[in-house]
Amino acid sequence: MVESVAALTPRIASVQLRASLAPHVAGQHLDIRLTAPDGYAAQRSYSIASAPGAELFELAVEKLDDGEVSPFFHEVVQPGDTFEVRGPLGGHFIWRPLDGGPLLLVAGGSGIAPLMAMLRDWAAAADADGAGVPLLLVYSARTWEELAFRDEIAVTAVRHPTLDFVAVTTRGPRVRDGDLTQRLDAASIRALLQGWGHRPHHTFICGANRFVDAVANALLDASVAAGSIKTERYGGA
Amino acid sequence: MATRGFTGRRPTREVAKRLPPGQFETDDFPVLSKGPTPRLDLATWRFTLNDGPRPLASWSWAEFDALPRTVWQGDIHCVTTWSKFDTTWEGVTVDDLLAAAGVAAPSAYVLAQSYDEYDTNVPLADLSGAQAMVATRYAGAPITPEHGGPARLLVPHLYFWKSAKWLRSLRFTARDEAGFWELRGYHMRGDPWKQQRYSDDP
Repeated sequence: MVESVAALTPRIASVQLRASLAPHVAGQHLDIRLTAPDGYAAQRSYSIASAPGAELFELAVEKLDDGEVSPFFHEVVQPGDTFEVRGPLGGHFIWRPLDGGPLLLVAGGSGIAPLMAMLRDWAAAADADGAGVPLLLVYSARTWEELAFRDEIAVTAVRHPTLDFVAVTTRGPRVRDGDLTQRLDAASIRALLQGWGHRPHHTFICGANRFVDAVANALLDASVAAGSIKTERYGGA
Repeated sequence: MATRGFTGRRPTREVAKRLPPGQFETDDFPVLSKGPTPRLDLATWRFTLNDGPRPLASWSWAEFDALPRTVWQGDIHCVTTWSKFDTTWEGVTVDDLLAAAGVAAPSAYVLAQSYDEYDTNVPLADLSGAQAMVATRYAGAPITPEHGGPARLLVPHLYFWKSAKWLRSLRFTARDEAGFWELRGYHMRGDPWKQQRYSDDP
């Protein structure tokens, strides 16, 4: 059941669901099925952004101009609405604190969703253990206002010295020192890794396919092992 | 039970007939993979048929290119719910590979193995009889790296995770051996018409 809906950015909505499902592992997703009165149904997968064990499952749904399902979440859905959910699903693009680090998370646009679950899980473990493994989150969107969860991420970075957060705004000005204003490429990725000072043990990249491909190739060029990089790609080419 | 306020976008009857349950038609060609696109060199590329660990036959790119070619056109269905119609592929059927190798299929089960350590299991019954090929061309051009080039398995009647990208070998196995996604919650067979997406689907 939908508990609440809120705008994270002009094009990304947060949908909080109450569901009696097993707790998820960070990175997993839910399959949602919507049914019209005549029985016609559409189903889609959405990554879970909330921390494992949280009371509600949070989804971050981007509005696709030509979408069949996303407009429902942006224009129609209200608290109290119900629909079918299945999950949590996913056994590859997942991270648990016991998997360790250093951890590199790279997100493009709404690709932040599964990485937000990882960040939140990381922060909870860091709070419990005193410090978390080194974590670098690189998050790219067109403008600062289009970075979902930006305030929470920035505050978490302030509270946790082992978390580094670099924002990349490809069509807008940088807001903080250290942020970037150009599309990620081999040179900027290499510089970010050098500035971070750690070799990633696990890397998770999530976003549109073109973004993921560019970042993955840049990491391979920076000698990060292919087998240590996991990708989740939205959309096509 | 209906979802309040959801109307959806129904496909035409023509399209609906071709869509397996839970799928929608796309004009895009989405790219999905577990990790980075492998960087492969045609000069060192090889494709091998294996009986367990024992190679039965192996081809370089030039040798593979000389094998009998088949064209297939039809629909493909991804477990993430998109389907794409009238896709055209060209390659070498599994039947022709066995014929070229001069062997009968050694067992009833196959594990398709990829250059990026991906693998997926497909029974021989789903590969033989012109149902599958090792494809090298899509839409009249070499398959691009992000779509699995230089060569990928094509088994279009099953969910497309079975059509292993960056194919390196087809390995005959004694039993049906779960591949990468099958070990991670996906169905052993993956028939889109029975909506066999996840392990706990019938």
